[in-house]
Formats: sequence, C-alpha cells, structure tokens
Amino acid sequence: MAKYVVKRVIAALLSLLCLITIVFFLVRLMPGDPFTSVKLTKEVAANMKSYYGFDKPLLLQYATYLGNLFQGNFGYSMKYTNKTVNYIIGQTFPFSADLGIRALVLAISFGLVLGIIAARNRGKKLDFICVLIAIIGTSIPDFIMGAVLQYFFGIKWGLLPVAKYLGFEYTILPATALAFYTLTSVSRVMRASMLEVVQQDYIKTARSKGLTDFRITWKHQIRNAITPVMTIMGPTVAAVLTGTFVIESIFAIPGMGKYYVESINNNDYAMILGMTVFYGMFLVTCNLIVDILYGVADPRVRIGKR
Amino acid sequence: MAENENLLELKNIVYSFHTYGGDVKAVRDVSFNVRKGEILGIVGESGCGKSVTAQCILRLNPEPPGFFSGGEILYKGQDILKMSKKEIRKIRGGEIGFVFQDPMTSLNPTMRVGAQIEEVFVGREGYSKAEVKKKALEIMKLVGINDTEKRYRQYPHELSGGMKQRIMIAIALVSRPSLIICDEPTTSLDVTIEAQILDLLMELREKLGTSIIMITHDLGVIARLCDRVVVMYGGKIVERGTVQELFYETAHPYTQGLMDSIAKLDTEKGTKLKPIEGTPPDLFSPPVGCPFAARCDYCMDICNEELPQSYRISKEHRTSCWLQHELAPQTEFKRELYKEGDVK
Amino acid sequence: MGEYNKEKFVIKGKSISGMESIHRPSLSFWQDAWRRLRKNKAAFIGLCIIVLYALLAIFAPMLSRYGFSSMDTSAMHATPSAAHWLGCDATGRDQWVRVWMGARVSLTIGLFSAVINMCVGSVLGGLCGYYGGRLDMIMMRVIDILYGIPSLIITILVMIVLGKGVTCLIVAMCIVGWIGSCRFVRGEVYRLKEQDFVMAAKVLGIPDFIIIVRHIIPNIIGLLVTNLCMAIPGAIFQEAFLSYIGLGIAPPNCSWGILAKEGIQYLRIHPHEIIWPAFFICTTMLALNLLGDGLRDAVDPKLRGTE
Repeated sequence: MAKYVVKRVIAALLSLLCLITIVFFLVRLMPGDPFTSVKLTKEVAANMKSYYGFDKPLLLQYATYLGNLFQGNFGYSMKYTNKTVNYIIGQTFPFSADLGIRALVLAISFGLVLGIIAARNRGKKLDFICVLIAIIGTSIPDFIMGAVLQYFFGIKWGLLPVAKYLGFEYTILPATALAFYTLTSVSRVMRASMLEVVQQDYIKTARSKGLTDFRITWKHQIRNAITPVMTIMGPTVAAVLTGTFVIESIFAIPGMGKYYVESINNNDYAMILGMTVFYGMFLVTCNLIVDILYGVADPRVRIGKR
Repeated sequence: MAENENLLELKNIVYSFHTYGGDVKAVRDVSFNVRKGEILGIVGESGCGKSVTAQCILRLNPEPPGFFSGGEILYKGQDILKMSKKEIRKIRGGEIGFVFQDPMTSLNPTMRVGAQIEEVFVGREGYSKAEVKKKALEIMKLVGINDTEKRYRQYPHELSGGMKQRIMIAIALVSRPSLIICDEPTTSLDVTIEAQILDLLMELREKLGTSIIMITHDLGVIARLCDRVVVMYGGKIVERGTVQELFYETAHPYTQGLMDSIAKLDTEKGTKLKPIEGTPPDLFSPPVGCPFAARCDYCMDICNEELPQSYRISKEHRTSCWLQHELAPQTEFKRELYKEGDVK
Repeated sequence: MGEYNKEKFVIKGKSISGMESIHRPSLSFWQDAWRRLRKNKAAFIGLCIIVLYALLAIFAPMLSRYGFSSMDTSAMHATPSAAHWLGCDATGRDQWVRVWMGARVSLTIGLFSAVINMCVGSVLGGLCGYYGGRLDMIMMRVIDILYGIPSLIITILVMIVLGKGVTCLIVAMCIVGWIGSCRFVRGEVYRLKEQDFVMAAKVLGIPDFIIIVRHIIPNIIGLLVTNLCMAIPGAIFQEAFLSYIGLGIAPPNCSWGILAKEGIQYLRIHPHEIIWPAFFICTTMLALNLLGDGLRDAVDPKLRGTE
C-alpha cells in the first residue's frame, strides 16, 4: 500500500510540474497585454513591465515564478491593483468550495441511490423512470439547467431567491443546478456497474450461502459496484468545478469561478495564471485522493492487478 | 434401511429458460435421488443440463429467465419448490452447501476470505462472534489450509487457485450441511491440485458423513470418487447405476462413447481414441425421439420417432435406450431386465 | 408392448451429416448490430432527430429570407410569429436562422473534434498497444502525466492564446482530447493482442499489417463507433461552455452556446430567447445519448443474438 501511495504522489507531482510549465509558457504567448489596454505612456508601461519582471529573460521569470509558487505565492493581479492572487482566492474560494461541496454531496448521494434503485428494478417501470431521468439529465448543460431553475423557482413562482449567496435558501438552486449533470452520470455508471456485478460468480456464491437479498445487494453487489464509480470521481470533481464558472455568474455568486471568467475577459495574465495553477493543484490533489481511496476500496489495485 | 434413506429426491423436474428464440428446455423430466452419506456423480458433456439441474436444487438459476414447469424436489421429505424465500435461505448454506466451478471468480474480491466463510452464519441464530471465528478456523484447517490465522485475513487475489477452491469448499462445509453439491469443482485446476481436492472430498465424507453430488464431465473423477452415477444427455438422464455397473455393464451407447473417448493406461500405443462424432442437440427444439439418436452408431428408426422408456436392469441400474426393447436386435448393450421391478 | 413393428428395430447407425447445421439464422456483425439498433426504438428516434437536425442546419438558413446577422430594429425581442418563427433577439435578428446557423457551428465542432480525437488517439493507442516495448513504456508515462492535468484548463488557456473562431476551438479541444481515446484503444488492443486468435495468426506468420486489419480492427471498431457517438455530445457541451464564458465563437457568428448566453440575459422579460436554443441543444444531446446507448448495446458482443 505504501509503495502504491508513493507512486501516485510522484505521478501527481510530475503532472503538476508539467501543468505549471505549460501554463506559464502559454500565458506568455497570449495576445495583448494589460498595459496596452489602459492608456499609459510608454515610460510608465516600461516601468510597470520591469516592476512585474516582464523585462527579464523568460527562463529567469520561470524560475522566479516556480520559487514564488513553492512559497505558496500565486502572484499579483494586474487589474485589481495591489491585490494579490492569494487575496482574491482567499476571498472567493470559500464560496465556490461551499457550493461545490454541496453539489458533490447531492450528486453522489442521489446518483448512487438512483443507480441502485434502477439496477435493483431492472426492466421494470422504476428502472425506466430512473434511466429516463439520467439520460435527460446528461442532455442538459448546467447553464441551461441553472437558467431553467432560476426562471421557474425564482422568477415565476418566487419560491427561492434568484441571486446572491447569503444563506441556506440561497444555496438550493445553484447547488441543484450544479449537481444535476453529475448526479445523472454517477447514476448511469452505478447502474451499469451494479448490473455487471450481479452476473458475477461470487454473487451466486453469496446466494448459495443463504444470505438475504438485502445483504447480498449491500455487502457484495454495492461494495464491488462502487469501485468503477470512484474512477469517475476525478472527472466529476472537474465537472463540478467548471460548472461553478457558469453557475456563479448566473446566480451572481461572488465565487472564484466568476472572477476567473472576468479575468479571462480582462486579459489579466497574472490572475489567470495564478487561478489556473490553483485550480490545477486542486484537481490534481483531488485525483490523488481519489486514486488512494480507490486503492483502499479495491485491494487488487494496490498490487497492480486489475 | 436407515442407510438407504433418501436425503434428496428430484421427481420429474422440467426446467427451461426464456430467450428470444423461444424457450430452451434445459432439463427435461429428470428424476434421481441422493442417499445419506453417498457420493452421487452426474456426468455428461457441456450443455447437457447437469449444471442447471444442480443449481435448480437450490434455486440458484436466475429466475426469470429460468422457470420450473413441473416436478418436485424433496429435501428430507419437504418440497423445496413450495418453500418460501426464507425457508430456502435456511436450506442454502445451512443444509446444502454448493461449490462452484471456477474458484477464481467465485470469491468476492473485496472481502477477506475469513469474513466470506463466516458469512454463512449471518442470519442464523445461536452463534457468538468468537464461536463463528473458531468454526471458520477449524474448517479451514479441515480443508487442509495451513497457517489459518494468516490466511483468514487475506484477500482472494492473494491465494492460489487450489487454495481458493479449498476456501470455497470451506464455505460450503462450515455449517456442517448434510449435502454438498460440487459443480465441476476441479475443472479449472491443475491435475495435481485436482487430485488433492478429490482426496479432500473423500476424506470429508468419511469424517463428516456428508452426502455429495459431484457434477463433472470427467469419468476419471467419477470412477475415483462416486458410489452411484447418473449420465445426462440433452437434458435427460440416459443411464444410471452404481459405478461398477456403469463401467462394466454399460447399457447405453452414449455411456460407452464417453468411455471410449478417454485415454486409459492399457490403451495400446498407436490406437486412436474414439470421439463421439457430432454435437449435442439444440435444446431450442429438442428431437422428438431419443436425444442421442443422431450420433448413435446403433440408431434405429424407432429412436427418431419416440422417446425410449426407462428399462430397469438391476436394483440400481436403469437405462433409457430402445436397444433394451424385446424387439431390438442382440447387441453388446442388451441386458436381462430386472424381474420384480416394474417397467415404467 | 406388442404394438411396435419389428422393422423399426433395425440398426441404421448415426446420421450426423446435418448436425452441424445451425438452427438459428446467422448474421454478420453489422447485420446483427443494425437489427438490434432498429429494434431499439429510443436509439432509432435519436438517429432520426440527428438526421433531421443536420438537414435543417444545412438547408434552413439557405431557405430563409433573413440573414443570420441582419438586424431589424423594428423586430427587437419579437415574440414567435408567422414572420419570425422563433421570434427575434435583442437586435432583431431572426432566431430561427440563428438557431440553425448555430447548429452548423456546434455540430461541426462536435463532429470534427470528436473524430480527430478519436483518430489521433486510436492510431497512437493502437501502435502502443500492439507493438508495446519501449515506445509504449515512454508513451504511457507521458500520457499518465498529461492525463493528470485537468484538460479543460489547458483548453481554456489554448483558446486564450489562439483567439476566437471555429478552427481555434477545434484545435484547442484536440490538443488534450486525444489522450482519453488513446488510453482506451491501447487497453483494448493490448487485451486483444494477448488473445489466442491473434496468437494463432502470429504463429502462422501472417504479417502484422494483415493481423491489424483482419483481427484487431474488426474487434474494436464497434466500440470505437460507440465511443465516437458518446464523444460528440461531450464536444458540443464543451463548445457551448467555452462560448458561454466568452472564449468560443466571436459575434456576430453564433453557436448554440452564444445563443444560450445571449438568451439568459433576457431570461426575465423575454424567455423565448433562451427557451428555443435550449430546446435544440437539449434534444440534440438527448438524441446523441440515446443513439450512443443504443449503439453500445448493439455492438456489445455479450448481447449478440439476444433481443
């Protein structure tokens, strides 16, 4: 197990380094820079460039940047003067994290339940309904889901607040909109996996032991069916995260996704760079955790047999 | 008489599966019995219905698509087919154990083997946790596993194939059932391991007095292990009897064919083995007459027209073959029929 | 007992000649897949919807009297009517034409990026899986590391560098998109290579090229088609997302993502501007997903010959 964890951690670190490098050089390639958009004299622009270190050789900039990152410093914003990326992340990330976690919990719990119900009632009406919900859910992009929920529950029926993020009732619509797509993909994977497991010989063994259906489903079927679901947890976290970009702007939530989209439109290099690296680190860490959990859940993975 | 008492009795079992092409009649009117303490062999080619028969005793076939359309399965005088789910659960694992063909896939990969053995006691009253563990360790030792405490904590992928099959047998035996059904338990194992497992089964029968139903396609296994044999073909029983009777007084061409197709020590060098040509009948539309007719060297017109009756040759020995009919020509198979016995 | 005729008891011997005949009709792989796909009503409806939308995307803008970017100040925010079937947007552009212009862009991007990803991934994955060895080792290490990088972040950055436009979108989506199909194809090819029928062909001295064409490709083509069908909605999604956050297509060109983005701004007062683009996005997704599911079941060898 220790060997497995070490291997995963090294792979994750390499991915991260690779990501940082790509991000750094791509950002230098971007068209336009923030100093041309603002009305500045050439002198001032040159001063600012040297202030931000843009006049130094690229490799040196890269080294400085890596050093800063290593100290946990994501850099400065060029649009919001004197604000560090760290400061903005600190201000906005809690909202995004709160929203994201709510959505993830919703998506995983309901997704699993839906998948299990569908598989247990294979071929019956209940299965059909679950599959229908799942396939419709996968067909609706989250910005449309957000708009639809906002329109009906917020505007038309006035049941829930339309925007801002001030309390529990404010979280319901955005979290549901964000969770819906993920929920359906979790339920599809879980259903397929449950049906796959039910055909395995060890389920027959369990039946030959005289166990109740409930115990067979719970201890043997679900336990084994859940591992494939864990493999999609990485993409799921990524999907929720990108979902926050649009959901936060629809519901006017002052989260990180909204700022990210704004800095893209503002050509705010340092901000994009800092936030991207932060997102990258976050996702790589999530993947690492999922990988390790996967190793715990399926003993065969640890020694490389699948 | 006590020794001859029936533990299990199948009466006219008919079992089919629904498929898109129609119903597959996998088991057609099969009856046999298992006595206390005996080892009964069921032998036949793949697809002859022997596994389905074995699994339908514990109703392990998926239903649907499988379904019974007739018959009785009497276990200690009670009909399993009339039992509630709860009563069947008591029989499964508690009264009848089951060993599956492929130990590689028959153990839950995410559960420690100890827990898998102990699980048999879940839902059965009157055992403390410590007692259950003691029983599990005991049975592991009995099936020939050394270092039981260590193995108890291992996962199936950490064990070899033979070891896994021993665990499967331990699972089947841990509650000391009166019958275990072994569905080709050695087919996927090496020959040396196979011998060990067969010896183990014999030994367990001696020690525990358990009855065993041994399903196999290997006559060698039958000869080594069984007291009585049932030969199945095309979902029907074609011949049955004691091992001696079957091997030395063969009364059905199919049984003879099975024996001719395996190598023996005294087979002269250079003589070719004699396979049974052709393939088993498609059970979508089984032939009207004897299922073996098309592949039988001794096929007569009557064989294609009508199912043969069951002819009784001795107390145990019966066969379903037209060659036993009084009008049939004299062949190596024709036997004198049992006198007092009724011809059904 | 006396009812039997003695003539019937004459030994005739076996009659195995007709035995190998198969009682059920045999179908080729594609015939069987097509039969099952047609039987799957949902998948068939999906296929019909996709064909219909593709035809509309090609012909609807040609046949309309409105241009997709011609504004009409007298028809700002017009509700659906006989003149403007789906109404007009904020600058009086006809929504019916814009929806199908958007469909052109969205469907093109979806199809192209999915096909390119699949081709690049299959070739690389196939080579790695089939030849193995050092090339495979190195490729897999690289891919493991690349796979760990969130692909969307790279796509966003590449879009920022390249600027807006259809080609840029396809390039950006393909830069990292092939990795998934590469891993998948490598795994499948590797598994097939180990199987006995490929071994048998190798032992017979059949050249690699023929083995790949005869044995490997026919065995994975079904899965590839299914994966392709599943990848298209993903790509359409991604385009919509990128356009939505302001990175996709430059106005006045439009795609479904842009239409949704513009529509959502007027959600409160002019809901029809979001409803129709949303409807077409969702039904396309639905149709592709249904078709993908149907295809998956149709080419699944485990389900062959069943209903």
